[in-house]
Amino acid sequence: MRLWVFQILNGLTMGSLLFFVAAGLSVVFGLMRILNLSHGAIFLFGGFVGLAVQKATGSFWLAIPAAMLAAGILGFVIQKVFSTTLMGSRFNQVLLTLGLAFIFNNSILAIWGGAPQTIPAPEILATSVKVLGVTYPAYRLFLIVLAFVSGTGLWLFWERSRLGAIVRACVDDRDMATAMGIRVEVVFATVFTLGAAIAGMAGVLGAPVLGVSIGLDFDVLLLALVVMVVGGVGSLSGAFVASLMVGLVDTFGKALFPELSYFTLFSPVIIILIVRPLGLFGRIPPE
Amino acid sequence: MANPSSIALSIDSIHVHYGLSHVLHETQLKVPQGEITAILGRNGVGKTTLINSIMGLLPITSGQIMLYRDDTTVDLAQRQAADRKKLGIALVPQGRRLFRSLSVEEHLNLVNPIKPTPYNLTSIYEIFPRLYERRHAGASTLSGGEQSMLAIARALILNPDTLLMDEPTEGLAPLLVDAIGRIVVGLKDAGLTVLLVEQKLKFALNVADHIAVMERGRILSIYARDQIQDVDALSEIILSGTIAQ
Repeated sequence: MRLWVFQILNGLTMGSLLFFVAAGLSVVFGLMRILNLSHGAIFLFGGFVGLAVQKATGSFWLAIPAAMLAAGILGFVIQKVFSTTLMGSRFNQVLLTLGLAFIFNNSILAIWGGAPQTIPAPEILATSVKVLGVTYPAYRLFLIVLAFVSGTGLWLFWERSRLGAIVRACVDDRDMATAMGIRVEVVFATVFTLGAAIAGMAGVLGAPVLGVSIGLDFDVLLLALVVMVVGGVGSLSGAFVASLMVGLVDTFGKALFPELSYFTLFSPVIIILIVRPLGLFGRIPPE
Repeated sequence: MANPSSIALSIDSIHVHYGLSHVLHETQLKVPQGEITAILGRNGVGKTTLINSIMGLLPITSGQIMLYRDDTTVDLAQRQAADRKKLGIALVPQGRRLFRSLSVEEHLNLVNPIKPTPYNLTSIYEIFPRLYERRHAGASTLSGGEQSMLAIARALILNPDTLLMDEPTEGLAPLLVDAIGRIVVGLKDAGLTVLLVEQKLKFALNVADHIAVMERGRILSIYARDQIQDVDALSEIILSGTIAQ
């Protein structure tokens, strides 16, 4: 029983981290039909920038805004420089963003080296708490709470604010949003930049749990893609629910059937896509 | 009748390609200020393409679309599509194209209007009381008639000078068609210029001041409503796409 509680909490921790990565990926895809395969590398870049700042200043809390800023600037530059290519064919997008993912991956290797590193959890959270009969790291609980709080905040922004309505309108019908005088390309640049900044933040937040190491970028990207497809492209609520599901399934799969972990991850995905081809909350049919 | 030399929108010899097909050929049309011009024609002759070109949603290959506004002339091809709102042009698109994930009221609060009056949330709800009753409903849950009203309301709330309406009565029951007709005439009385794409000749004759017949990417002929004697002959021209001698 205690093992189960542990794994559920581990799954929720993983799901919380995934949500921060997948939210940006999914909304960008929903908004502009751009699949950004360098999103995982942006996540890892954020983690390493955070690591450098944490080493230099000793402050975990300073590492987060620094990583957000750096990842946000990287995202802004990507969409600014490549917007025309990105708007082109799906082939161009996949080749370009996958190429960028490798370039970022190797740049990270060149700058920070290949040794796996970690950012220690901030002192105030470097303790354990008794919860549901198990002793669990306070930092991981903090991640779960943070995901729920920011998930709720993002949902309120998305569903209740006028800016959220503008983003949703752009997702629903770009041409009609344009006809209403909305500059879709500005909305897109903002969302792309924010999505990258949040992925960068997740790189730092995840570091005490997952570490920062080469390879993590593609692991996280794969899981985020699964989240996007299961949750439904362009849906923030879908990204939230699917993140927690994928986090739980991935954690349980790896704990119970370690040699079958990809099977246990992808078989529910296949079933969900057979029952709901557009994902749990999806409204956008694939082109 | 307003001064016929007062033109709101002038489409001069435009060519538009859609993918590989050449949809508009030397299309010419002058849209008089403060009046209703209806474009009729068979399916696929380029009516919606013409509307989308004016909106800047499709690029024109050659030719000009000029907007005459107060004392200024604007070359619309040189402006971004999103500038149409500032220039006082709004669209009621074919198929309504509401934002599926927005509620009725979110559609009407989405952007700041060009000017605050005469159409605002209060006056829109007076014109369309049904939209007030359904203001919190998601657009995807509306009936066909309610969707049409919202598509019109979404354009009106911008307070445009020029309104492009692409088959606003498509798929509506006769009673609703009449209601939309009264609204369109009311807009003209309020000073708007309306360019209306229609399939229903009867509806167009009821509301429009000018009837333009379109055929294979060209405007075949234009008739002033008052001068149309033989409705059957006009119907023949629209359906056949040729003018019998």
